[in-house]
Amino acid sequence: MAMQAGEIEALIKAALPDASVTIEDLAGDGDHYAATVVSARFAGISRVKQHQIVYAALRGRMGGNCMPWPCKPQPLNKEPPR
Amino acid sequence: MTTTVERIKSEISENPVMLYMKGTAMFPQCGFSARVVQILTHMGVPFKTANVLEDGELREGIKTFSNWPTIPQLYVKGEFVGGCDIITEMFQSGELSTLLTEQGIQHEATA
Repeated sequence: MAMQAGEIEALIKAALPDASVTIEDLAGDGDHYAATVVSARFAGISRVKQHQIVYAALRGRMGGNCMPWPCKPQPLNKEPPR
Repeated sequence: MTTTVERIKSEISENPVMLYMKGTAMFPQCGFSARVVQILTHMGVPFKTANVLEDGELREGIKTFSNWPTIPQLYVKGEFVGGCDIITEMFQSGELSTLLTEQGIQHEATA
């Protein structure tokens, strides 16, 4: 099921309003994306939980059974620039 | 009759390092599973595996159990730590070694 990159970003930002989201269309087919998500919510929690927050934001619209959706949430430890 | 969830709970509590994978440690049947086996073997970590290809209920059940869509899945002291990408990153950054040390699991220092 193809999705627009903007749609993915909107879903992630709805769940993580502070997130900075970078979407990359891996195959150029609108069906294989990688996302880098940086959010303060990820600080101090396990990598699995970081990914699960992003998966939950996409409400099951990611991948099929055997199709990993490469996504790299990163904790943001630095203070935002003033 | 043991349900799949009961089976998983008992395996991850009885085995400090438990890997759900496709194939076996000796004969992995998926590149992602093979990579996690390779990392654990390289680190000299004792671990047990379950082959999801031999049990369709386990194959689906483990995904529901962890709320994680892919296999392999590595559990340390009953906690789901990650799949192939996370384990590879944690190995490279040294986090996996730190976690094993914190959990009191013997292993060789990473190179």
